[in-house]
Amino acid sequence: MILNLAVQAVQMLLVLAFAPLLMGFVRKVKARLLRRQGPPLIQPYRDLVRLLRKEVVLADSASRLFRTIPYLIFAATWVAAALVPTFGTRLMFSWSADLIVIIALLGLARFFLALAGLDVGTSFGGIGSSREVMIASLAEPAMLMIVFTLALVAGSTQLSTMAGFLASGEAGLRVSLGMALIALIMVAIAENARIPIDNPSTHLELTMVHEAMVLEYSGRHLALIDLSAELKLLLYVSLIACLFAPWGIAAPDAGLKALLIGVTAYIAKLAAGGFLLAVFETSIAKMRIFRVPEFLGAALMLGLLATLLLFVSRSL
Amino acid sequence: MALTVVLAIAAALFTVSALSLALKGSALDRPVVYGGSLALSAIGLAVGLNALIEQAPAETLILPIGLPWLGAHFRLDALSAFFLTVINLGGGAASLYALGFGRHETAPQRVLPFYPLFLAGMNVVVIADDAFTFLFSWEFMSLSSWALVMAHDHVRANLRAGYVYLVMASFGTLALLLAFGLLAGPDGAYAFDAIRGAHSSPTLIALVLLLVLIGTGSKAGLVPLHAWLPLAHPAAPSHVSGLLSGVMTKVAVYAFVRIVFDLLGNPAWWWSVVVLALAGVTCVMGVLYALMQHDLKRLLAYHTVENIGIIFIGLGLALGFQVYGLGWAAALSFTAALLHVLNHSLFKNLLFLGSGAVLTASGERNMEHLGGLIHRMPLTAFTFLVGCVAISALPPLNGFVSEWLTFQAILQSPQLPSWGLKFLVPAVGALLALSAALAAACFVKAFGITFLGRPRTEAARRAHETDRFSLTAMFVLAALCLLAGILPGFFIDALAPVAKAMVGNSMPLQREVPFLSIVPIAESRSSYNGLLVFLFMVFSGATSATVIHRLASNKLRRGPAWDCGYPDPSPATQYTASSFAQPIRRVFGTLVFRASEQVEMPPPGDPGPARLVVRLSDVIWDTLYEPIARAVEYVAERLNRLQSLSIRHYLSFVFVALVGLLLVLAIWP
Repeated sequence: MILNLAVQAVQMLLVLAFAPLLMGFVRKVKARLLRRQGPPLIQPYRDLVRLLRKEVVLADSASRLFRTIPYLIFAATWVAAALVPTFGTRLMFSWSADLIVIIALLGLARFFLALAGLDVGTSFGGIGSSREVMIASLAEPAMLMIVFTLALVAGSTQLSTMAGFLASGEAGLRVSLGMALIALIMVAIAENARIPIDNPSTHLELTMVHEAMVLEYSGRHLALIDLSAELKLLLYVSLIACLFAPWGIAAPDAGLKALLIGVTAYIAKLAAGGFLLAVFETSIAKMRIFRVPEFLGAALMLGLLATLLLFVSRSL
Repeated sequence: MALTVVLAIAAALFTVSALSLALKGSALDRPVVYGGSLALSAIGLAVGLNALIEQAPAETLILPIGLPWLGAHFRLDALSAFFLTVINLGGGAASLYALGFGRHETAPQRVLPFYPLFLAGMNVVVIADDAFTFLFSWEFMSLSSWALVMAHDHVRANLRAGYVYLVMASFGTLALLLAFGLLAGPDGAYAFDAIRGAHSSPTLIALVLLLVLIGTGSKAGLVPLHAWLPLAHPAAPSHVSGLLSGVMTKVAVYAFVRIVFDLLGNPAWWWSVVVLALAGVTCVMGVLYALMQHDLKRLLAYHTVENIGIIFIGLGLALGFQVYGLGWAAALSFTAALLHVLNHSLFKNLLFLGSGAVLTASGERNMEHLGGLIHRMPLTAFTFLVGCVAISALPPLNGFVSEWLTFQAILQSPQLPSWGLKFLVPAVGALLALSAALAAACFVKAFGITFLGRPRTEAARRAHETDRFSLTAMFVLAALCLLAGILPGFFIDALAPVAKAMVGNSMPLQREVPFLSIVPIAESRSSYNGLLVFLFMVFSGATSATVIHRLASNKLRRGPAWDCGYPDPSPATQYTASSFAQPIRRVFGTLVFRASEQVEMPPPGDPGPARLVVRLSDVIWDTLYEPIARAVEYVAERLNRLQSLSIRHYLSFVFVALVGLLLVLAIWP
């Protein structure tokens, strides 16, 4: 009981501590691949601290909601990130929310972020919100189809149970799981506003989506939004790791040693995930906004196909 | 006893209606009508809740009115009690709201007498226990609501709305009439008890099912029978729109459940295929139509179509599970559907009431003329936002719970042995997921364009907060949305007797689950704790706010908007409702609406403005309704000649008809 609570608490702080590091790592690797020196690994932390200390400059037409939204987004994303198994499946509160709830919590964060884009009443904010909901309208169903696939394989929508089942190796190699993995990676790229869907380092461009919505934010509000975005990236890498690379993850009855192994394995997985993301991003060009539906439509179809295969094979 | 009370409420509502006529012109008529309706709805709510929670046995009553050999049968069982609760909860909230809102009514005499009658009609439908009483009250409900839709008949569009509604309502009632005729058989056994006991042939039952789908689907708004709904619901005064969308469509769901689950019995596997296919299409079409609207009330009305689809997905799954004896899964999907009935009645009512507040504050329903209302009416904006989050199926509010349960039910369906369902159910799941994501987009648009940004017109700039009665009604509904979202276990338990009576099984008791979680099947499969998620979010939001304000900075400075350095003071530079939906229109619209965009540039040298023309066509209206309307007109014109013949022609027609009928009788085996 105490240990469970400790694991949960450590996890909540761990994701918060690692999220900027992962972002810094991805940026560093990307810069090195482009033969640049790149910012130091801890640059995201410095940015956050500096933003937190600065005053907020709020647009005249911003409403009260605009000031509340960063906290709402951070709360929803943090709760979601705290419920995805990272180094151990022994999470105290994993029963309070299954994978569908985690996806819906991220949906809640996006709902409010899109509202924030509309709040000040600028054209850039509107463009960001409008495109974000278009992307989400395809990414979310694709994600739910992936959840369906995994839930049918594992016989549960509970993330800890799923991770435990997939770690035990009972699932074996399945075509459906392969399709789900590809679809999940595609959705993760879209959800985190990475290339080729959106460019995280863009500014003042007509192609921006995520950055356009948060243009009017400054100071501590911007810090919270950036931290939420970093948490979301960490969440998706952890999700892919705990479902499709569950090696070393500590089982529910594991002791302290297994937990330590779990943490080491988790750090290695994060590094691998970040490295692959950076390599992928440097090797591909950003696509036109109206090519995105085709990209995500493919993810949706893969998810649906994977689910259908499971439905059909269940009776054979 | 409870049944007598409900009938007394209906009678009292008639009296209130009569009183409004007597008080015509005096200042008392509005408080009397809405105050009376509020009190009577409160009593009805208490009766319904009491019957549901006490799990009282079914109560019957026969009154010597109606058909002479039949009498009027009434029955109050768990299903009726649940729908009584939904109706009176909605009715009560709308009446409370109207105590303040009704002040702005331009034609009170067109609304006041019919409003209590409409409530009475809905109350009686759910307790009717024979075909005659049922159809009579059903038609009464339709006609009284038609009168309310026609309240503002000086608006041309409303005339058309009323006409289309009348045609569709009569058509639906006709289908139900035929269905009951087939069910009652040649002996005319119209009492529901007799119908329950009768065993009809499978072909007859199939025919009845299709007729019932048409009859109830046209009232509920199943695609393609939804055409009247987005015209008629917004035409009525806003509190009535809330009742039409939030409550009357639920009475149609009641009728479907009563006839299909209770009276017909023994479903066949293809029923669920038909219902699921229709429901899946309804879901996505409803929300896509809603996304294309820029009239706030019409957007909400189209969205009702989507939610009806979600409810029917649950019902269709329940039918499928029932056929193959998977009672617990049937109970799960049935409960999910009924929970969504309650949830939708709460947030749709709330949103329509909010749109009414916007309408009185600014005189506008068109979102393109609104904007920035959150500054002028913060309380309305808050409740509207709660409704938007709830209807978008986002945690921790109530809409999420029922969709989550529906998803859990879908995940149980690989156990169905039927191949048709095996292929259909995942597709329906994908449609449901798609419609959930599109609903969120739709309500970002509805809230963002109406309440956020800068005011687009003078009317929006001068808007003011609405009155206290209206605010109270909206806050009560918003609180219920939160309550049903964080404590869903109590609501699921209350639905247990209904599921037990209709599908013969009920979900496991949720009050025995520790920490107020809900566990639909087993904890290892799935569980959800709305309360904990809510508390977690409040905790982490509050902690982060406190820590940042204490340790970092809490300074704030106001300045002009940044907008990449080129802010434009004109509010016309903001995104509008149409431009917000443009990407989605491009992705889905070309397929569904044959949407086309055309840029008309003036020739070089001409300083005139360029124009962007967007054309959308309603495929269902064009391919289904237009040809039927044309055919009816064609036939009517041909038959027109029969109206001016001489008496001997008519006599010969009568003679030919008589001979024809006698021949039929002679040939009939």
